[in-house]
Amino acid sequence: MLSEFKIEGGDFTRAGYASSQIKKILKNLNVSPDVVKRVVVALYEAEVNIVAHAFKGVIVADISNSGIKLVLEDEGPGIPDIGMAMTKGYSTASQTVREMGFGAGMGLPNIKDNADRFEIVSEVGKGTRLSIEIDFL
Amino acid sequence: MIIRELCEMVSGRIVCGESRREESVEYAFASDLMSDVLTVRNGNFLMITGLANIQSVRTAEMSDVPFMLLCRNKKATEQMIEVAQENKLLIVESPYSMFRCVGILYNAGLKPLF
Repeated sequence: MLSEFKIEGGDFTRAGYASSQIKKILKNLNVSPDVVKRVVVALYEAEVNIVAHAFKGVIVADISNSGIKLVLEDEGPGIPDIGMAMTKGYSTASQTVREMGFGAGMGLPNIKDNADRFEIVSEVGKGTRLSIEIDFL
Repeated sequence: MIIRELCEMVSGRIVCGESRREESVEYAFASDLMSDVLTVRNGNFLMITGLANIQSVRTAEMSDVPFMLLCRNKKATEQMIEVAQENKLLIVESPYSMFRCVGILYNAGLKPLF
């Protein structure tokens, strides 16, 4: 099952809508609550990252019997140093983002912690692509 | 700790999820940083925050948090209440600071997660 969501950069009133929809779908499929939480926490952090840092983005969720694959692609400034971005506590978030409760430098490491497989590719000046896979079993 | 009793201790007012007031909670986590809340694997706790915007409610939703205490006299917005109701989240507003709320509730037996 494929679901697609368009994300607008800077629109914090909508941030989390896609994650909320995916949570409803997974609960309806009777996926275990522990797995649902891992999926939506990782997805929510990634969704907020697009809103916080990019101009716009797309989330594609591919749900099968065995798990979920989430691909998040954005058009934005990209990440110059992915190693630094993966370091807990490192953040380039603006004051506005911090006022929304984010920008603590915990997002990407937390996404990785919750994922069974995680990949990040970024090109400065173009954008970032995240792939998050979580098994249901 | 019963939510109704907790409310009395912090001079709180339930603004959403009133039907859960007789439920009980054993643990609490206090933070204005939502990413910190999202690192907590356990979901059954009281989230204490001064962050009164839609992201605090979304964070509670993603974390399976059933109860939220808004301190520092912060008020839940209409959008927050709408999303909280969808997710059966109970929200309490307290005029006390986060430090005061946490101190009172810790002394009354509410446990830290770590």
